[in-house]
Amino acid sequence: MNAPEWPGPLNENPTLARWVSFPASGKVAVNTGRVEIGQGVLTAMAQIAADELDVAMSRIELHSGDTELTPNEGYTAGSQSMQFGGVAMRQACADVRALFLDQAAKVIGCPASELSIRDGSVLRKGAATGQDYWRLAAAVDLNMKATGTGKLKALGQMQHIGESAARLDLPDKVFGHSIFIHDMQLPGMVHARVVRQLNRGATIGAIDEEAIKRAAKAPVEFVRNGNFLAIVGGDETAVDLAAAAALNAVSWQNVEAPTALQAEASSLQQQPYVDRAFGAPEAGEPQGRQRFEATYSRGYLAHASISPSCGLAEYRDGHLTVWTHCQGVFPLRSALAKALGLDVAKISVHHVQGSGCYGHNGADDAAADAAIIAMRMPGKPIRVRWRREEEFVYEPKTPAMIVKVRALLDEVGKPTDWTQEIWSPTHSKRPGAGGVLLGAVALPNPMPEPPPNDVPEASGGGATRNGEPLYDIGAKRILHHLITDAPVRTSALRSLGAMPNVFAAECCVDELAARAGQDPVAYRLSMISDKRACAVIETVAAMAKWNPKEPGGTGTGRGIAFARYKNKAAYSAVVVELAVDLEIRLRHVWCATDAGLVVNPDGAINQLEGGIIQSASWVLKEQVRFDHGIASFDWETYPVLKFSEVPEIDIELLNTKDEVPLGVGEATAGPTAAAIGNAVSHALGARIRDLPFTRERIMASLLQA
Amino acid sequence: MPNFDFFVNGRRVSVSLDNEETPLLNVLRNELGLVGTRFGCGLEQCGCCMVLIDGKPEKCCAKPVWSVAGKRVVTVEGLGTPEHPHPLQTAFLDEQAGQCGYCLSGILISAKALLDKNPSPTRAEIAAALDDNICRCGSHNRIIRAVEKAAVQTRAGA
Repeated sequence: MNAPEWPGPLNENPTLARWVSFPASGKVAVNTGRVEIGQGVLTAMAQIAADELDVAMSRIELHSGDTELTPNEGYTAGSQSMQFGGVAMRQACADVRALFLDQAAKVIGCPASELSIRDGSVLRKGAATGQDYWRLAAAVDLNMKATGTGKLKALGQMQHIGESAARLDLPDKVFGHSIFIHDMQLPGMVHARVVRQLNRGATIGAIDEEAIKRAAKAPVEFVRNGNFLAIVGGDETAVDLAAAAALNAVSWQNVEAPTALQAEASSLQQQPYVDRAFGAPEAGEPQGRQRFEATYSRGYLAHASISPSCGLAEYRDGHLTVWTHCQGVFPLRSALAKALGLDVAKISVHHVQGSGCYGHNGADDAAADAAIIAMRMPGKPIRVRWRREEEFVYEPKTPAMIVKVRALLDEVGKPTDWTQEIWSPTHSKRPGAGGVLLGAVALPNPMPEPPPNDVPEASGGGATRNGEPLYDIGAKRILHHLITDAPVRTSALRSLGAMPNVFAAECCVDELAARAGQDPVAYRLSMISDKRACAVIETVAAMAKWNPKEPGGTGTGRGIAFARYKNKAAYSAVVVELAVDLEIRLRHVWCATDAGLVVNPDGAINQLEGGIIQSASWVLKEQVRFDHGIASFDWETYPVLKFSEVPEIDIELLNTKDEVPLGVGEATAGPTAAAIGNAVSHALGARIRDLPFTRERIMASLLQA
Repeated sequence: MPNFDFFVNGRRVSVSLDNEETPLLNVLRNELGLVGTRFGCGLEQCGCCMVLIDGKPEKCCAKPVWSVAGKRVVTVEGLGTPEHPHPLQTAFLDEQAGQCGYCLSGILISAKALLDKNPSPTRAEIAAALDDNICRCGSHNRIIRAVEKAAVQTRAGA
């Protein structure tokens, strides 16, 4: 007999006590391996647990991302928290509820079918029984495996799922309470800054300790292990001043720095790569067929989290405790164990909220920095907070990409064969998944760089993510040239390769529609049979009052684009209206999204809005510049979209009462970028295929038009 | 050790520091335990550390503590409490105006400074007043709506 099909995280963490327990009278401890990175996941988890356990939200005490308490759900990434983690949580809670109903039936002496639960109390045919979770808890052993047989609530029975519950963490943030990792104060804590190794293999030459100490104006000490150098002291201002002075007072040898030219996507084609191919086999081009080919690109991007990373660690009595805002406490624990030569059982990692991360930023590395220092200073809690410039320079960048689309067309101008040829470095250098911890690379005998790989296709791919459009095209294939020696460390940023791939494909679809003399909306609808895809496209066109006859080349324009994230998460279609003169002013964005069952509609809309604005910022403003090193090191050299530049946004959610939730956090990244691209083309009567849309590129396209 | 006296949220404080250049932000967070004012850049660029100094919104991550001697500083903790929230705080919760929330303390201060000066700002005026604050999660429209709402409520209550 096959094992029952449970949601993935429940398979990997089958013990129910890992998910739910009833510690004190009246409270329910709910543990999730997912972590809050600004997306509201904890509120959604509380809603799920409240519904499936039949308790009030206020009874729930959430624990998240804690190696000592919670299930191991890997990384909180890929818009999978609801689609997988939430579904697992639902089932775990339903199983727990069923076990308690069985026990209550035994105690009361009636069939379980006569019983129900209201806010934790057991009712028999609606009447109180005197039993509740907490009275029954001693007799129900949750240290058993999930059965997957607990019946989930039907749509009509849910009180919390599907409602826009207020974010549980927002009050602390609005009243300025201590909630972020940066706010933690441990008794005896000292502050530390790392004098960063400039690159793998760089070695410390001379250290002018006196100059650094003079600059600090208060006592600081040095912690050194190989080429890992840190400055530690009781006064945060002093370590900051010392760290700034160390930039000049420490000399480095074996320095390598990326050149200005390497910041451009066009440089990727000169770098070594390995080839990967997916989808339909390569076919020869039949004679006489029309073909269309266009090349699109994007530069390197920074996560640019609003706060630089922070990590705390304490090594006491042979045990290392780490506090971090990273996306995966269990993978970080494994990576720390390897880097420090400790048994994982001797390491605990606790998640504490940081600022929004949008992917693999400096969080893991800051935690490792604190751990490395803590190992050298047993008994002292160490707080490392990266400097702003340190975050910009040393956080992993999301890769520059080139996407060349080649389409063979039929007699009415529709594609029958579609190739996306991609040049891109890896989208995952997460510790334990193809990467190493930055501080550990500076230690003596560092681990070698793992061989190049990318996110597996089963997880949605990295550079190949959304490399196949969802349209009904006879043959679709992806050719990925995986750049093996990128000039900077690259890793995951919100939507990974989906943004450049959808930008390329959906701009190309507009170019094909124009060649075929068709309206972009009608052209798309004629090529896609997936009804949910059609519905979001039709809905967004209606929302925006799409008019196929709107003339182009007038300086104002509209564009549409569509994608289903990873071809298996949420469907999203976006229309953008904008004006272009020397720069682009976004006026309005409309978005229709089908994310299936939505646990918290306002939370999902908040995520979609955020995705639209962030993508708009990438498209209009963002590229990491190099110039003998990373030249984008603060908010002036890496500007992002400002309040006065943000368009009005309208969002509609479709199909929210479907059975299955689909990940939503990254769904708008690609469609927004492409819709801006198409709107700019409509406004200018000329196509810009390279991101970001700088003033120079706008000028150049006008000269061509 | 030099001594610095000033007012924080209406309370007189006195701090003794070796380094009179210590940024006000570090004094608030590390000496006075007021962690609501957040560190974002230390470069006076992002606005996470916005406070009111004698009624004017100012970034305090690089502002030496000596420069506020005798002045009146208001931080996000001084706006209101869960029991007695400022209309802006109520409106931010009503509009669910935030995602990670790291930028909100500074934004609330900038918004307070705006409403003190201009009780009926337009959307464009609100956006312009917040251009000194960076929000990376993309909560901008909710934040602007919340400020509009707080303005309406403040006028109604005035």
